[in-house]
Amino acid sequence: MTLAAATNENLANISNTLIYSAMAVYTLAFFAYIAEWLFGSRSKVGRTAAALTAQDGAAKKPAAPAVTVKSAGGTSVLERPKVVVRAAAGARDVPDGPGAHGGDEQGDLYGRIAVSLTVLAWAVEAAGVLARALSVQRAPWGNMYEFNITFSTVAVGVYLVLLALKKNVRWLGLPLITTVLLDLGLAVTVLYTASDQLVPALHSYWLYIHVSTAIFCGAVFYVGAVGTILYLFKDSYESKVASGGRPGRFATSVMERLPASASLDKFSYRVNAAVFPLWTFTIIAGAIWAGDAWGRYWGWDPKETWSFITWVAYACYLHARATAGWKGRKAAYIALVAFACWLFNYYGVNIFVSGKHSYAGV
Amino acid sequence: MTTTDSGKRDDSDLDVVGSRLSTAPQEDTLNVPQLGVIGWARWFWRQLTSMRVALLLLFLLSLAAIPGSLIPQSGQDETRVADFMDRHDTLGPLYEKLGLFHVYSSVWFSAIYILLFISLIGCIVPRTWQFVGQLRGRPPGAPKRLTRMPAYATWRTEATPEQVREVALKALKRRRFRAHVAGDAVAAEKGYLREAGNLAFHLALIVMLVAFAWGQLYKSEGNKLIVEGDGFANTLTQYDDFKSGNLFTADDLNPFSFDLKNFRATYEATGPNRGTPRVFEATVDYAVGADGAEKTTRIEVNKPLEIDDSKVYLVSHGYAPVITIKDGRGKVVYEDAVPLLPLDANVTSTGAIKVMDGYRDGKGKWDQLGIQAFFLPTYGGKDSAVVSQFPALLNPRLNLTPYHGDLRVNAGLPQSVYQLDKSKLKAFRDDKGAQVRENLEIGESMTLPNGAGTITFNGVKEWAGFQVTQQPGSGWALAGAIAAILGLAGSLFIQRRRVWVRAVAGPDGVTVVEMAGLGRSESAKVPEELGALAGVIHDEAPTATDHDPDPDRDPETDPDSDSDSEPPVVTAEGAEK
Ligand code: HEM
Repeated sequence: MTLAAATNENLANISNTLIYSAMAVYTLAFFAYIAEWLFGSRSKVGRTAAALTAQDGAAKKPAAPAVTVKSAGGTSVLERPKVVVRAAAGARDVPDGPGAHGGDEQGDLYGRIAVSLTVLAWAVEAAGVLARALSVQRAPWGNMYEFNITFSTVAVGVYLVLLALKKNVRWLGLPLITTVLLDLGLAVTVLYTASDQLVPALHSYWLYIHVSTAIFCGAVFYVGAVGTILYLFKDSYESKVASGGRPGRFATSVMERLPASASLDKFSYRVNAAVFPLWTFTIIAGAIWAGDAWGRYWGWDPKETWSFITWVAYACYLHARATAGWKGRKAAYIALVAFACWLFNYYGVNIFVSGKHSYAGV
Repeated sequence: MTTTDSGKRDDSDLDVVGSRLSTAPQEDTLNVPQLGVIGWARWFWRQLTSMRVALLLLFLLSLAAIPGSLIPQSGQDETRVADFMDRHDTLGPLYEKLGLFHVYSSVWFSAIYILLFISLIGCIVPRTWQFVGQLRGRPPGAPKRLTRMPAYATWRTEATPEQVREVALKALKRRRFRAHVAGDAVAAEKGYLREAGNLAFHLALIVMLVAFAWGQLYKSEGNKLIVEGDGFANTLTQYDDFKSGNLFTADDLNPFSFDLKNFRATYEATGPNRGTPRVFEATVDYAVGADGAEKTTRIEVNKPLEIDDSKVYLVSHGYAPVITIKDGRGKVVYEDAVPLLPLDANVTSTGAIKVMDGYRDGKGKWDQLGIQAFFLPTYGGKDSAVVSQFPALLNPRLNLTPYHGDLRVNAGLPQSVYQLDKSKLKAFRDDKGAQVRENLEIGESMTLPNGAGTITFNGVKEWAGFQVTQQPGSGWALAGAIAAILGLAGSLFIQRRRVWVRAVAGPDGVTVVEMAGLGRSESAKVPEELGALAGVIHDEAPTATDHDPDPDRDPETDPDSDSDSEPPVVTAEGAEK
């Protein structure tokens, strides 16, 4: 065995250790998020209910612009005019919840700890992916094990970037980290493949383009899907409250702390819409690659077919949001179906359906 | 109910000014059409080109694509279809009848996408006209009550209304709004690229579909197996097999030729993936046209050779043992490399050698020879199974089983060159009556019984399988794809929005400035942008410092606004930039 090969083996082992360490830190983050939610439940926020039931049947004035100009005392310091923002016509006017900590100080502390741990775990995981890439001396996207570890790294990365941009997304933490742990667990147990190089059909710079964007799109679609699911819950909660119902204590406690359904809906739309052009590009890059590798750019191979189905499903979702009678919940269900298609394309097609897209070991 | 009702109430107001922010078709309900053919036709057309039906057709398209990914398709894998037919007596014929073995060219799949594209065209054309109209016209004037808009700002200033409007017009134009003064207000709009992008995207879909269909009709695809040292010229007769689209003619083939100089394959030598291919590479000399100059190039799995519309792909490879056969008189009757077909990943190969003419047996009688060949590039030794242990030529063995008699090549039936029709053939037998078969290493010979001749295994060449495809229109498909992505990005990332700035003299002579912003969808950007604009205008027309009777009163709204639902407020900024 050559010396180079031995180093690679070492790197592969280092990568494995890093991935396991990342899982350990993610687990700690998971418990910190749980603690955030638990402590948050002490506070009794009831903004949604307040906003939806305050007017007791009287037609509510939809957020009339109250503030216009303020002159600062008698001095000549002039304040700029303020912009008054109103919810769209027809939308429920509900404020966003305060987040998992529910305004509770201790909860907030645990939330911050959870985010810090997530950052740490992410850094360790990213190092693990990098070590894997170095050990195989190519992009780490040759088999499903590598897809999975890259996938969760990107999903958490998207979450952290949104946090860094000061977007209100901390509520994503718990569901995201839970599934990241599942994803990594699956990767290290079922899908693990020893580090290895690629078969000639996978040798192409289109691999880097096509596969990296595919993984990125999947991770972002996933973040969108989490938003969509929470939207559906929050929306039914809001309509229940609005129609005078009294949801259970647990539901109230959790739902009151989430953003308003309109915000969740907008969040998932933005996320899905932002990545849809990239998904389109991914499919086209795949077609170009297939054209080079197999002599036809489109051949209805199962993987191609399911990419197409996923694409059409997301197009459906975007259309639905522009179609009268399909906005809101119906569009949200379509978004979930679309994500299910993506998942099936990833796991289902790789495992159950045989086609030209096969990898070095699953 | 409370919230929805209050929402509905000002929907109409928003609808009027927001209506032309998009060219999406108006939703009309499923009105029963007026009687008469024309009434029905018009009704049908309106339904077909509505967003609702477009949505439905898109949904159907994705559903209809599913069976083709789960059921074997004849376009991809004929043998699996046959296998499926064998195993399912009732389901097989049913699937056959429903076209489920060729979903993507079936009637029902075609019907869905053709309807979808008719709907698409029927949708794009009027939308384009409408959009052109909007580009020619001017942004609509300010609605009466700007307070109803999603983003709103107001202040009082000592500048005259004319001054304010002028400042506003300039500020808006500097920010690349299309703006004009309409009555007492400035009306402005920006983000037309969104609509343009959306139209471009849908148009690009049509271009892609047409290019794809064109390619299907005119495409051709042929396969050719070439042994190292041999060559190929691109004419129909040279192909081993060939298929083409309905409108293809033989004259459409691009003229070129090439010789396979060398084929090289390397494999993982150790580790868990021992035997996995690493490199496949064919070195060829090619010439374009009837008498073009020869050039040398390499063809790899992902790197086809491109000549005009044609692409030459490397699709398979295998071994071709070089055989010399002498007949009963000692005359060489056969000397060639025989390409054999691989059976597994380690290139265990099989094939046949046929000597049809010129062979005479030990007694000098005319006869034909057929030899069954079985080849292992890496023989594992006596104790291993009789399959190759590794794909490269580490320890090659050629196993030959000769027959003689009638090869039946002239029996009128097409015959595979890789198989023997043994119905009229007799095996050679030795003195003990056992069938003759022998394992040869390179350089070894076997002698046929009764002086019937010798067979020598001289060496091994490699062969490469090439697929030559010609698919016109792929350039168009690519252009359509790029346009689609750009259009989509424009459509999804650009926000189309309107801004109005109204300035009127109040009863006390002080000018009241009101600004409002409206986006096609709710977005945080609209109030932010409005705030920035307000800042700029405010710098030129600052707040009147004197009397300010009731800062919380707005001239347009009723006094009974709820204090408990205070709307979010964004501070204006940006003027300092
Ligand atoms: C070939 C199938 C089609 C596909 C793949 C498709 C895809 C899309 C996508 C991805 C969008 C999102 C872009 C955006 O939101 O701005 C969109 C928007 C739109 N599509 Fe289609 N579409 C198709 C057919 C149609 C048809 C038949 C119609 C006409 C009824 C139509 C009308 C529209 C309109 C009006 C919008 C803009 C919606 C908006 O302004 O938000 N599309 N389409």
